[in-house]
Amino acid sequence: MGVQEEIRNYVIDHILFGDGEKLRDDVSFQETGILDSTGFLELITFVEEQFGVEIADDELVPEHFDTLRAVSAFVEQKRASRAVA
Amino acid sequence: MCGIVGICNLGSARGIGVETLARMMGGIRHRGPDETGVYLDDRTALGHVRLSIIDLAGGGQPIHNEDQTLWIVYNGEIFNYPELKESLERQGHRFYTTSDTEVLLHLYEQEGPACLDRLNGQFAFAIWDSRRQALFLARDRVGIRPLHYTVHDGRLIFASEVKAIFAVPQVPRRMDPEALDQVFTFWTVLPGRTAFEGICELPPGHYMKVSKGSITTHRYWDIPICPRADQTDRPADEIAEMVGDLLVDAVRFRLRADVPVGCYLSGGLDSSGIAALTARRFNADLSTFGIRFDREAFDEGSHQQTMAAFLGTHHREVQASAKGIGASFAEMLWHGEKPILRTAPVPLLMLSKVVRDSGLKVVLTGEGADEVFGGYNIFKEAKVRRFWARQPASGARSALIGQLYGYVFRDQRSRSFLTSFFGAGLDQVHDPLFSHMVRWRNTSRIKTFFSAELRSAADSGDPYEPVRASLPDEFHRLDAVAKAQYLEMKLFLSNYLLSSQGDRVAMAHSVEIRVPFLDHRIIELMSRVPSRWKILGLNEKHILKKALAPNLPKEIWSRRKQPYRAPIVDCLLSGSGGDCTREMLGRQAIDAAGLFDAAKVDRLLNKMQTVRTPSEVDGMALAGILSSQIVHRQFIEQFRAESIPPACVDLVFDRRRGRATIHEIHRGPMPRVPASTRSGR
Repeated sequence: MGVQEEIRNYVIDHILFGDGEKLRDDVSFQETGILDSTGFLELITFVEEQFGVEIADDELVPEHFDTLRAVSAFVEQKRASRAVA
Repeated sequence: MCGIVGICNLGSARGIGVETLARMMGGIRHRGPDETGVYLDDRTALGHVRLSIIDLAGGGQPIHNEDQTLWIVYNGEIFNYPELKESLERQGHRFYTTSDTEVLLHLYEQEGPACLDRLNGQFAFAIWDSRRQALFLARDRVGIRPLHYTVHDGRLIFASEVKAIFAVPQVPRRMDPEALDQVFTFWTVLPGRTAFEGICELPPGHYMKVSKGSITTHRYWDIPICPRADQTDRPADEIAEMVGDLLVDAVRFRLRADVPVGCYLSGGLDSSGIAALTARRFNADLSTFGIRFDREAFDEGSHQQTMAAFLGTHHREVQASAKGIGASFAEMLWHGEKPILRTAPVPLLMLSKVVRDSGLKVVLTGEGADEVFGGYNIFKEAKVRRFWARQPASGARSALIGQLYGYVFRDQRSRSFLTSFFGAGLDQVHDPLFSHMVRWRNTSRIKTFFSAELRSAADSGDPYEPVRASLPDEFHRLDAVAKAQYLEMKLFLSNYLLSSQGDRVAMAHSVEIRVPFLDHRIIELMSRVPSRWKILGLNEKHILKKALAPNLPKEIWSRRKQPYRAPIVDCLLSGSGGDCTREMLGRQAIDAAGLFDAAKVDRLLNKMQTVRTPSEVDGMALAGILSSQIVHRQFIEQFRAESIPPACVDLVFDRRRGRATIHEIHRGPMPRVPASTRSGR
């Protein structure tokens, strides 16, 4: 399962409680109310634990976490930079 | 404090049996364990269960006027009754008791509905004018005492609590989908509504007239609105002095009782202030009562100890453990009669038991100060977000939000997300509901758990529209803080704070609460005070602190406000409460009630059992769903009118054709209500 797919499943299961219809790749979590402030924190915790990436405080901005596509891209980029290092 | 019930035929007169009335009274015996009485004629029946507080020996109800044409049943207190009685005696009225009830009846006889303007009190009552064949029902200004009614089969049926109305077996019992939608938006139902279809509540500050088959309701008082131009320009010190004097008088009035009066003491500014005024001015031998929590984040024990030592009160505590709160959640709902997104009323239910067990039946509380004097964060939030909206990009302005919500902003990592959360909708400053929209929209997220049937039944358009439509024209001239204050008082004060968390959980153990901060003279004075004095910068309740500071240790008046909260998820998932939760949220129970989506609820329950720190909104979802399920089971699924034991009636005035009698069937203390009828139904 790809990163985006795993994140999608997590959001559907834990945040939307199974209601995945409105969750498309570029839908804003914040504008549609899919995630509130604590929802973002839950998502970040999941991403850190599931993909073993470390996220610095200054990276914790809504722009990195506002859509499925943005979160997956951010995770992929973190993993890539770790691989290079 | 007491409970009232009644039935009035709207069309042709039909007999009403004592048995029906006695069963209604049986449903609310906890409100009045001391005495009972009924009045019946061919059109109307009134019933009363009494908690004796004033005129212990002679104040039994119903009470009549000199020629026995007017009859009253009454729940509450008129604190200024000695003054009113004096003037009525001068006008020739004669009294056969020393109760406040009889004063109210004669004042009504003298002045009609206008008598309400003269009352300083907390009340709900019914007066039957047998000569004019007219019924008059009224409720106090801010809605401290409850009064529900329904019209069924040509009869008006009313009672202090809904369960007494349901004690009439023919009354249909159904959850109201729109009411559920409101609870899951506004945290409670809107004024006039209950959780049940067809059952209404007389809104605060209203009266009802029933005559010749027609029912009309009228507003006699509203939360005062005073635009800036009409506000006082006195300095803050002078206002604080006026508030201080009025508060002393409000407390003096509320200590009028023929039984001892205690005080709730949370350790915060408001209840400490009331306890201090009581102990220092009127009663050095005061009993105080406080709630302790296991978790430090909720506990205010050290401040309670400080105050109790400072005043030398007899202080008693109740330990509200997570297991204890969970175990009493269903009992609280049986008394509160509506779904709820919090557990906070439960510790107050536990506290009223301690009061009762200590032999007291009246306590003063600090409720209402946050609404009247500007204590809630939502008022400051309105102020800050308005200020921030002028420069949305300003980091300094947005950082002010973090100062308000220290307890949620503790985690540095979440700062940018919270800022963005509170920053949503900054372009909506002109919306009259601006102050509350963040809260309501966030709460509405939990409607995702509604079943398809509930969602379609509850879908009556924009849930905010009834609120907007109810706002008086003058509202729009208020500033941001005053608007938020009005909304909070209108929507939340009576329907949640004074009922779910006030009257109901106190009366569950036959304890009457009295709330000096909601003396209408104080509300009216504070409505003329500019918001900048109420919240100075971000310092809440500035005027009240000034007024109370001379009576309190600095540690108390200068401490940062700690909102009264109780833990949710721990409580509902641990101990016997946890077993109940898992059963009530299981597929079988969810499908039986039909209110929620079983698969989603199952996911929520799984999540709640695995995450370390559940979010606020998930906690509210858990409490809201569980409480809806329990209320449904208690009042719809398993409610049996026949299983309510009818009250044993002490005093009967029977004026039905051919039966004109008065008899006292029984005098003396009544047997306590059996535990099985008190809770867990």
